[in-house]
Amino acid sequence: MATAAEPRSKRFERLAQRNVNKEVFITELAELGLVVMQSPNDPKPSLAIEDGRVVEMDGRTAEEFDAIDRFIARYSIDLQAAEAPMAMTSTEIARLFVDINVPQKRVMEVMAGCTPAKIAEVMGELNVVEMMMAMQKMRQRRKPADQAHVTNWKENPALLAADAAEAGLRGFAEAETTVRVARSAPFSALALLVGSQVGRPGLMTQISVEEALNLRLAMKGLSTYAETLSVYGTIPSFLDGDDTPWSKGILASAYASRGIKSRFTSGSGSEALMGYGLGWSMLFLEIRCILMVKGAGSQGIQNGSISCIALPESLPNGVRGVLAENLVAASLGLEVASGNDAMASHSEMRKTAKLMLQFLPGTDFVTSGHSVMPRKDNLFGGGNFDADDMDDWLVIQRDMQVDAGLVPVREDDVLQTRAKAARAIQAVYRQMGFPEITDAEVEAATTAYNSDDMPERDSVRDLAAADEFLESDRTALDVVAALARAGFEDVAERVLEMQRQRVLGDYLHTSAIFDEDFRVLSAINTPNDYLGPGTGYRVSGELWERIRALPQALDPRDLLAEEAPDPGLTLTPTGEAAAGAGPEVVVAVGPAFASAMNETLAALSHADVLKAILDGIESEDVRWRLVKVHHGADLADIGISGARLSGSGIAIGLQSKGTALIHRKDLAPLNNLELLSQAPNLTLDSYRALGRNAACYATGKAPHPVPVKIDNEARLRLIVHTTLLHHREVNQIDADKGVVEMEVSFQ
Amino acid sequence: MSDDTPDRPMTFPIGEHHRDEVKTGSGRRLSDLTLERVLSKDVAPQDVAASAETLLQQAAFARAAGYDQVADNLSRAAEMTRIPNRELLEVYEALRPGRSTYYQLLSLSQQITSLYGAELTGAYIREAADAYRDTGLLKMEE
Repeated sequence: MATAAEPRSKRFERLAQRNVNKEVFITELAELGLVVMQSPNDPKPSLAIEDGRVVEMDGRTAEEFDAIDRFIARYSIDLQAAEAPMAMTSTEIARLFVDINVPQKRVMEVMAGCTPAKIAEVMGELNVVEMMMAMQKMRQRRKPADQAHVTNWKENPALLAADAAEAGLRGFAEAETTVRVARSAPFSALALLVGSQVGRPGLMTQISVEEALNLRLAMKGLSTYAETLSVYGTIPSFLDGDDTPWSKGILASAYASRGIKSRFTSGSGSEALMGYGLGWSMLFLEIRCILMVKGAGSQGIQNGSISCIALPESLPNGVRGVLAENLVAASLGLEVASGNDAMASHSEMRKTAKLMLQFLPGTDFVTSGHSVMPRKDNLFGGGNFDADDMDDWLVIQRDMQVDAGLVPVREDDVLQTRAKAARAIQAVYRQMGFPEITDAEVEAATTAYNSDDMPERDSVRDLAAADEFLESDRTALDVVAALARAGFEDVAERVLEMQRQRVLGDYLHTSAIFDEDFRVLSAINTPNDYLGPGTGYRVSGELWERIRALPQALDPRDLLAEEAPDPGLTLTPTGEAAAGAGPEVVVAVGPAFASAMNETLAALSHADVLKAILDGIESEDVRWRLVKVHHGADLADIGISGARLSGSGIAIGLQSKGTALIHRKDLAPLNNLELLSQAPNLTLDSYRALGRNAACYATGKAPHPVPVKIDNEARLRLIVHTTLLHHREVNQIDADKGVVEMEVSFQ
Repeated sequence: MSDDTPDRPMTFPIGEHHRDEVKTGSGRRLSDLTLERVLSKDVAPQDVAASAETLLQQAAFARAAGYDQVADNLSRAAEMTRIPNRELLEVYEALRPGRSTYYQLLSLSQQITSLYGAELTGAYIREAADAYRDTGLLKMEE
């Protein structure tokens, strides 16, 4: 820590307390693997092939290969295609990524022939904007999607089912749960399955538990995919995970043989964190992982540092490196669930900035877990984005015309869906003889903020019943029957269709998800066909209608009251305004004042505002006249028009929305003596002071500052109202009427 | 490369184009998996499984689209439909680091190949055995 200078800057003191400075930032240290990209220890690319076998790769001979090198050389690199890419410069390959005339498949062919060190070098040529452009093209599925995390601290099944249903309604394509108590797993998987199919047919579910248990639950039909197959870029890390590339490969085939989709997991920083980075850069290690995943024949990967994200983020280039690993996976033909799941920063600005790298180009799953619940209930360590962030996500989609996987929902639809999901799981428990889910739990789950709102359950009984269910030969088919017998035929049919899909195996393919009619969307039948502007996936049509129709969006026509005159003030025209004489103040109002409009943005009535101004003028014993400017609505125009008629040359200009100024006839129109530009912040005291100051100018006395309340968010809050109100004033313009003298009477 | 070319061409996705032709792993018609039959207990858990033929067809789709490794994986998976759950978990366990000697892996490879006709999976285990031997991932011999 540097010693603080004396004296300290109060700004630096404040900066030190900012959320972003709760993070630990470090400089690179290659020997511990604390380098994100391009460590000095990373090998130089090389590849030698003899008799169809790799004899040298990235500076190592086949005899020197560790098991990972060997696996990659045997299964991952397309040796027939390797000669050409390895002969290209890394810059040439990097340019293919951003060249809109080069299709995705061509980039995949080139990348398929590259060694890990070559791929690392290519990534080193791309900046983040180029990587985002590349991601837009290399994403395997045409349509981006998002994955939900659904858990709760109490492991309450009604709440799990309700949250899974809400995930479906919100548009998530997958939902993942995990457990606090491992023995809860069968019931948590069950609640997720039932709830998900209430929310949206075809929402795929998984439970993240120990590998063998995972497979058992999937074989029972309680989950449809798995993403627990972790791989690491160095052998010592692999051994800590008690696996090898081959054992993981067998597992991938085992899942597929039972009709279960799976993807692998890896991410920057895991090896360094485990103490076995071996001095290589995090990205180089991750590329080894990605190539292993490809070699094992998995359709996809969850990467983007995942739970280690804070480690690359402590280093220079960290967020860029993490995007690079997503991009490498996509360009090797893998489905990518692109991280953004574990808490990445204390700073909302930094979190959002990182998110945009995947959110804007779109990935197969923008997050590998987006909490449907508030943070407290997220058993995946709190999560990066949660229930409280849902509307921010939707608004950003609408701002950018981007599909990041979610759609807006209406509160009443959510309540209805949650209630149905909670009732459905209640019925399944009753039919299958599991410990009762009470009506009170169903009601609480429907409206809950988090599990604090849920009644307690008897966890001893629940766990005993869960054990028994796991050991029994009862499967998802019994769940289907239970749902149907309890009158939930629609949900039963959907859960059954999920079982039929295991027979079909369509969703085992790269980037496969279901739409709500159980149609598979995958890289096989809906490949990403981006080739620059005018091609590829664009948000349009019905989806754009849904994304832009935020439930909280208002019809601007409903924002304002009907046009109406002010009942407390009558202005009677007395003829064309003439030039005056002597120390007077002319008050010039806009064309809608008191006739088509009756209050300002600060909700002050025109009568009260005018009364305050006149009070102020009269307090200095100065005369006033009121004129209405019909030929324009611009404040400077209104003010100068009044000033040119004023005997003293001084006028107050007042727009109907409340913005006001003091003008003098010899000034340039856009100049003025005083301006009260923020109408929403003005009080009657402000207007009174403005009147008094105008009188002072008219008589040559020194004016006093006008008191104005400071509210920097007023413009942000009221700009739409300002626009609408000003539009009304503009509508009243009548150039032929010019400036008319008015008689004032207050009622 | 394996020969996963099916007898006659199918169109992906199978669920959309060939639903009526698909058989389950147990040999029943997929169309038998109705709600009525589930309610009358006429559907068994083993009916909810893909057949080797279906997985080979899926492998062919993957290969045609350029996803060779996915195709290889699905081809191994097709073989594994014949391996019971418990034995499948045992194969996985045997391949974890330090669990098996070289000869145990070779014999597992032979057994899987001959008992279940799982030639690709057998070859994969044999390749693992060689790699484990060369890189020190075998069980230490007593």
